[in-house]
Amino acid sequence: MKRVYVNPEVCIGCKLCELACLTEHSQSKDLIIAYREERMQGLLPRNTVEESGWITASLNCRHCAEPYCIQACISGALTKDAESGRVVYEEEQCVGCWSCLMACPFGAIKRHPIKEKIVKCDLCPERSIPACVSACPNQALTFEEK
Amino acid sequence: MLYRPINQNYHDFIVQRDRELCINCRVCERQCSYLVHYWDENRKQVMHDNAKCVGCHRCEALCPTGAIVIRHNPSQFRENSHWKPWFIKNVYKQADGGGVLLGAMGNPQPYPIYWDRLLLDASQVTNPSIDPLREPMELRTYLGSKPDSLEFEEKEGKPSLKTKLSPQIKLNYPIMFSAMSYGSINFNLHIAMARAATELGIVYNTGEGGLHPDLYQYGPNTIVQVASGRFGVHRDYLNAAEGSDALSPAPHHDIYSIEDLRQLIYALKEATEYRVPVSVKIAAVHNAAAIASGIVRAGADIVAVDGFRGGTGAAPTMIRDNVGIPAELALAAIDQRLRDEGIRNRASVVIAGGIRCSADVVKAIALGADAVYIGSAALVAVGCTMCQRCYTGKCPWGIATNVPSLARRQNPEIAKQKLVNLVRGWAHEIEEMLGGMGLNSIESLRGNREKLRAVGLNEVELDIFGVKPAGR
Amino acid sequence: MKYLIIGNGVSSIGAIEGIRKLDQESEILVISEEEFPTYGRPLISYYLAGKIGDDRVWLRKKDFYSKNKVTLKLQQKVTALKLAEKRVVLQGGEEERYDKLLIATGGTPFCPPIEGSQGEDVYFFTTLAHAKKLDANCANLKKVVVIGGGLIGLKAAESLFDRGVEVSIVELAPRVLSAAFDDTAGNIVAKRLKELGFNIYCNTTAKEIKRTEEGRVKGVLLQSGEFLEADAVVIAIGVVPNLTLAKEAGLKVNRGILVDKKLQTSEVDVYAAGDVAEAYDFLVGENRVVPIWPNAYSQGFISGQNMAGANRDYTGGIPMNSIGFYGLSTISIGLVNPPEGQGFEISTYVDEEEEIYRKLVFKDNFLVGCVLVGDVDMAGRYAGYIRFKVPITEDKVKAHLINNQPTYLEWPEEMFQAQWNSAARIR
Ligand SMILES: Cc1cc2nc3c(=O)[nH]c(=O)nc-3n(C[C@H](O)[C@H](O)[C@H](O)COP(=O)(O)OP(=O)(O)OC[C@H]3O[C@@H](n4cnc5c(N)ncnc54)[C@H](O)[C@@H]3O)c2cc1C
Ligand code: SF4
Ligand code: SF4
Ligand code: SF4
Ligand code: SF4
Repeated sequence: MKRVYVNPEVCIGCKLCELACLTEHSQSKDLIIAYREERMQGLLPRNTVEESGWITASLNCRHCAEPYCIQACISGALTKDAESGRVVYEEEQCVGCWSCLMACPFGAIKRHPIKEKIVKCDLCPERSIPACVSACPNQALTFEEK
Repeated sequence: MLYRPINQNYHDFIVQRDRELCINCRVCERQCSYLVHYWDENRKQVMHDNAKCVGCHRCEALCPTGAIVIRHNPSQFRENSHWKPWFIKNVYKQADGGGVLLGAMGNPQPYPIYWDRLLLDASQVTNPSIDPLREPMELRTYLGSKPDSLEFEEKEGKPSLKTKLSPQIKLNYPIMFSAMSYGSINFNLHIAMARAATELGIVYNTGEGGLHPDLYQYGPNTIVQVASGRFGVHRDYLNAAEGSDALSPAPHHDIYSIEDLRQLIYALKEATEYRVPVSVKIAAVHNAAAIASGIVRAGADIVAVDGFRGGTGAAPTMIRDNVGIPAELALAAIDQRLRDEGIRNRASVVIAGGIRCSADVVKAIALGADAVYIGSAALVAVGCTMCQRCYTGKCPWGIATNVPSLARRQNPEIAKQKLVNLVRGWAHEIEEMLGGMGLNSIESLRGNREKLRAVGLNEVELDIFGVKPAGR
Repeated sequence: MKYLIIGNGVSSIGAIEGIRKLDQESEILVISEEEFPTYGRPLISYYLAGKIGDDRVWLRKKDFYSKNKVTLKLQQKVTALKLAEKRVVLQGGEEERYDKLLIATGGTPFCPPIEGSQGEDVYFFTTLAHAKKLDANCANLKKVVVIGGGLIGLKAAESLFDRGVEVSIVELAPRVLSAAFDDTAGNIVAKRLKELGFNIYCNTTAKEIKRTEEGRVKGVLLQSGEFLEADAVVIAIGVVPNLTLAKEAGLKVNRGILVDKKLQTSEVDVYAAGDVAEAYDFLVGENRVVPIWPNAYSQGFISGQNMAGANRDYTGGIPMNSIGFYGLSTISIGLVNPPEGQGFEISTYVDEEEEIYRKLVFKDNFLVGCVLVGDVDMAGRYAGYIRFKVPITEDKVKAHLINNQPTYLEWPEEMFQAQWNSAARIR
C-alpha cells in the first residue's frame, strides 16, 4: 500500500506538514480559522515533527501490516481496512482507554486534548495525496508504495 | 532594545507582518537563520527585530498565511547625491566595528550593463528565419584547442583524419555551471549540479574546495579546479574529471610569470596524461586581452574570463565594487586580440559573471565566447534571492552554507530538477533567437558581431565591441 | 480444512483475522459459552458506569462473522476434547470435528474460600453478563465492598461509584494495583480515589461475608477485625486460566496451557492462545501467563496464521496496561518492579502537584520497563524502545528518555530504517 515516507536528510523542520494536516482535518478547511479557533477546541495535527538536535522528521501512522494499535484496541475503534490497508479509526467507538497509544511503538497516536478520544492519521481519505505530503516545501515526504 | 549601535538603527529592511493573517505558527522563526523572528513569551506572539534582517525573503516564502512582506526601510537621509545612504551606512558600520566591509555575490553597483546595450538581429525578407521546432538546431559545443588545419589520409580505401585532435569537452548546450567551491556552497548543491550537468550533457566546475569522492561518478561532467590554495588537489581529483581548470583570481604563490603558468599547465596535462583540456581562468581586468594571449601561448586549451559581476562567496566590499572591468568588454577585447594574433583556434573562450538570461548567452557568443558559465543564475534557480550575505555562512535558503540544519534546505533532487529546467528553458530560447537570425547552429553565431547592434554606446565602446550602432 | 475455535474472546477474533489473511475459504467454527458475539471485555466497566450503551460494546461490526464466513455457535459449552479423533464434545453431547483446533477459553474469576461467598448479592466482574446483572440491580445498591484492588477490582469499583454507590475496596497487598504498577503509581491512584470518596483498606482481606437471616449480604468482616456494611460484594481477586478441558484431554499444562513458539500445544494441530495460554514472554525470556488484551489478540492472530499454514514464531508479548481513573491516566509497560541486585537501573521523576510520575527501568543499555502516571503521551515511544530492544548507547539519548523526550530519531540508523523508511538516513 502507499504510505507516507519521510526522508530526514531533507526535512527542514518547518512544520508546514503539521499545519497542512491541521487544516485538512478542520471544519473550516481554512488554516487561519483552524489554527486560531479550532485548535483551541482541541483540533490537533495527526503528524508530529520530531526533533533531535538539528535532525528533524515528520512522522505519522505507519499503517502497519500487523498494527500493534489494533491488537491493543479494546473497543473496536481501530480496524484495518482490508482493501486500502489503512488503519481506520472510528471516533464514535473510542472510549479513551489509551491502550493503542501505549501499544503503538511509533508514538503515532495522540490524545485528543479535550475529549476522551484519540487522534490518528487517516491518510487523508478525501485526497489523492495526503495534505502533509503536498505541503512539504522540500519533498521530504513522499506518498508511495515501498 | 533601548540603545543599540547607530548602524543597527539604520537597518536596510523592515519586516511587515500582517497581524490579521499571522497565526503565530512560528514557521518564520524556524526559517530565519538570522534570528529576526522570535517568540515573545510576554505577548504570546511572534515578534521580530528589523535590524537583523538581511532581506533574504525566506520567511516570506515559507509563511503559510502570506502574512509577511519584507520591505526596504523607507527611512531617508537628507538627499545628497554624493553622500548616498550606502556610503553613510558603511561609514557607520566601520566606525562601530573597524575592519573590512564584507560583501558577496557580484558587484551590485550601477556600472553600465553592456548586455542591455546590445541588441540582436532578426531575419527579414532577404534571408529566411528558421523554426527550431521544425528544423534541426545545433547547440552542441566543443571546448578545447582546435588544430590550425586538418590533414586527411586514406585508410582501407576510406578517407580518415590524420591530424591528432586535442582533448575536447563536449557540451550539449553552450552553458556550464560555474566554479562554486564545496565550502562556499554545500554538498547538496554539488550533487545537484553534478546530476544536472550529467542529465543535460554539460559540465559543472567543482570550484577550489576539492571533490567529494561521492561525486567522482559524475567525472565525465566535471571540471576540477586547481586554485591558489591547491585544496584537495591530487592525482585522483584531476583524473576524476573531464577538464581541469587552473587559477582563480587570488594569487598563486607559485606563479609569477607566464613561464610559471606554462609549467603548471603542462604539469596538469602530464598528470592527466593529456586526456583532458586545461582551462585557465582569469579575472576581467584592464589588460585582459594581453594576458589571455599569453595564456593561450602558454598552452591553455580554454580561457575563462570572470567579470566583476561574477559571484563570490566572500570578498571585501571595496574590492568587489571597484576592481575589474565589465566582462563584456574583456570578452570582446580577448576574442579580437586572439583573432588578430591568429591563435583564436588554439583555445576556447568562456565567459563567466553576471549572465542573467538566454539573451545574455546569445550576446556573449556573438561577441566571441564559445560558452558561458552560469553561477548566480544557477543559485537563483534554487532559491537564492541575492541578499548578498553569503559570507555569513548562514544562508537561509541553504545555499551558501554548510550548517547542516540549513544545508538540508536544498534537496538535491529538487535543485537538480530546477537547474535542468532552467538550462532547458534557456536552450529553447537560444534556439528561437538563432532561428530568428536565420542561423541553425550556435557555431554560425560565434564571434558573429554583425548580428549585434549597440544602443547608447560611445565611439570607443563601439570600437572595442566591434559592433555597429543600432540603425547602421 | 476446518478450523475450530473454542471461546469467543479477543484471541478468537485475532485467530479469525489471522486465518482469513491466508485462507479465505475454509470453514471456521467458533463455539462460545457466552451468549454474545465478541465484545470488548474491558468495556464492561464503561458499560456499567453508563458511559457507553449496549450498542458500543461490540468489538467488531455486526457483519464481521458473515463477512469472514464464520459459523458462530453461542451459548454452547465444550465439555471434552477427543484429541485422537479430532473431535470436541459439546454440552448436549453433540460433537464437532476439526482439522485445526484453537483453545481460547480465557480465564474464570478466582473465588477464594471465603465464608459466605456462595449465594445472592455476590458478584463477579469479568463478563458482559456480570455487568448486566450488576447494572440491573444497581439502583438497589447503596454500599458495595469490592474484594481485590487490582485492575479489575478498581474498574468495578469506579463504575459502581459512578452510579452513586458507596464503594470500599479491600486489598491484601500494602497498596492497590500491586501487580502491574509500582508503589508510587499505586499510591497516586489510591490518593486520587480516596479524595473522590472511595474507602480503601489495604494489608487486609475479607474473612467472612456476613449475611442476614434471609441470606442477603449484610457486610464484610475483614481480617483486621473491621466490619464493612454492604448490600453486595464484588469479588475481583484474579482470573485463573480455564484449563479444565486441556487438562482432562491430557495436554501439557502448567499455570496455563503450555505452548511452543508456534503457539502449538503438546498435541499437533491443537493450539492455545490468550489468557489460557502460557506463552513466551520476551522480557523474562520464558513462558508465562500474561493475561492481557494485546497479547491475547496477537497470540490469536499468530496461532490463526499457523493453523492456516504460516509457520510463524510468536516473538513474545510484553506486559502492558493502561488504565485511567477520573482523568488520571496510568500506563505500565514491561518490567516495572525489577528484582533487586540484578543490575537494573531505575530512574524516577515525581511531580506530586501535577500528579505526574514517571519511572523507567533500564538494564544493560536497554529500556525494559516504564510506569507513567498523568503524562502518558510518550508511552508508545517508550514501548518502541522496549519492544524493539533499541540500544541506548549515548548518555544524551538516555537523558532524553528520562526527561520524557524519547524519539526514534535517536534510534540506531538501521533500526530506524527497518521500521520507518529503508531508504532514509538520519545522520
Ligand atoms: C473487567 C476487565 C477489564 C479488563 N481490562 C483490561 C485492560 O484494560 N487491558 C488489558 O490488557 N486487559 C484487560 N483485561 C483482560 C483482558 O480482557 C483479557 O486478557 C482478554 O479478554 C483475554 O482474551 P481471551 O480471548 O484470551 O479470553 P476471554 O476474553 O476470557 O474469552 C474466553 C471465552 O471463552 C469462553 N469459554 C471458556 N471456556 C469455554 C468452553 N469450555 N466452551 C465454550 N466457550 C468457553 C468464555 O465464555 C469466553 O467467552 C480486562 C479484563 C476484565 C475482565
Ligand atoms: S497507530 Fe501505530 S501501531 Fe497502529 S498502524 Fe499506526 S503506526 Fe502502526
Ligand atoms: S513540511 Fe516537510 S520539511 Fe517541513 S517539517 Fe514537514 S516533512 Fe519536514
Ligand atoms: S510564519 Fe507567518 S503566520 Fe507563522 S508566525 Fe510567522 S508570520 Fe505568523
Ligand atoms: S528570513 Fe530573511 S527576510 Fe526573513 S527576517 Fe530572516 S533575514 Fe529577513
